[in-house]
Amino acid sequence: SEPVSFVLPPQNYPLYIRSIPTENELKFHYTVHTSLDVVDEKISAMGKALVDQRELYLGLLYPTEDYKVYGYVTNSKVKFVMVVDSSNTALRDNEIRSMFRKLHNSYTDIMCNPFYNPGDRIQSRAFDNMVNSMMMQVC
Amino acid sequence: MADEALFLLLHNEMVAGLYRAAEQGEGENGRCTTKLESMGFRVGQGLIERFTKDTARFKDELDIMKFVCKDFWTTVFKKQIDNLRTNHQGIYVLQDNKFRLLTQMSAGKQYLEHAPKYLAFTCGLIRGGLSNLGIKSIVTAEVSSMPACK
Repeated sequence: SEPVSFVLPPQNYPLYIRSIPTENELKFHYTVHTSLDVVDEKISAMGKALVDQRELYLGLLYPTEDYKVYGYVTNSKVKFVMVVDSSNTALRDNEIRSMFRKLHNSYTDIMCNPFYNPGDRIQSRAFDNMVNSMMMQVC
Repeated sequence: MADEALFLLLHNEMVAGLYRAAEQGEGENGRCTTKLESMGFRVGQGLIERFTKDTARFKDELDIMKFVCKDFWTTVFKKQIDNLRTNHQGIYVLQDNKFRLLTQMSAGKQYLEHAPKYLAFTCGLIRGGLSNLGIKSIVTAEVSSMPACK
């Protein structure tokens, strides 16, 4: 299993990427970029009140043959994307939800750190540790 | 409440301190307001991230402005905005009849010319909060009679 986490601001460049194992990062960039289109679609569908979903969690964005991609968008338009192996059927929806909550909570802490400039890449050990331990549980 | 006084005193000292430093050397008066506004901006960004962490997704701009008037204002200033008006074309007027940061100053026209200095930070606060919610804005404030302001 190779879960990957991405954190992206409104401008759609990644603020943070973590994958296990780390060498696979590059091949997920493409997957994540495609999934951003799906995210935008879902958000604009909500805006037009076609879908009355007030939740921040977007659920499964789209399944490819090898991977499942999940999304979450905060009110501040920051996107979290997670890619997990399709063969990992043990992972349940509420587990993914709670992983996104953890990401959101840690991201909020980062925003409140005076040494962090909004828009910069995230370089925080606390954030790294949280993401690592979270993804280890999924492997 | 003790914690209210904390922010109030800190804010007033911030304004006074900046202007003192300006007099003693670097920069003219105009820069101070900009500095205060930028401070407010960064604080607003962090605050809004915290405050919207557990709320539902906002439907539209009006939804966001109502949030600013009710929840945001209450958390920061312990009261809601008294009046919100809009022309539905992007202009919103928020009226606070007893703005917390001005109540200690006067109850009329005294010190009126100093009021803008004490509003700059809050303007930045609103602009920063809105910016992180995806709204680019210009925030200005006017005071005609303390402690009410728009």
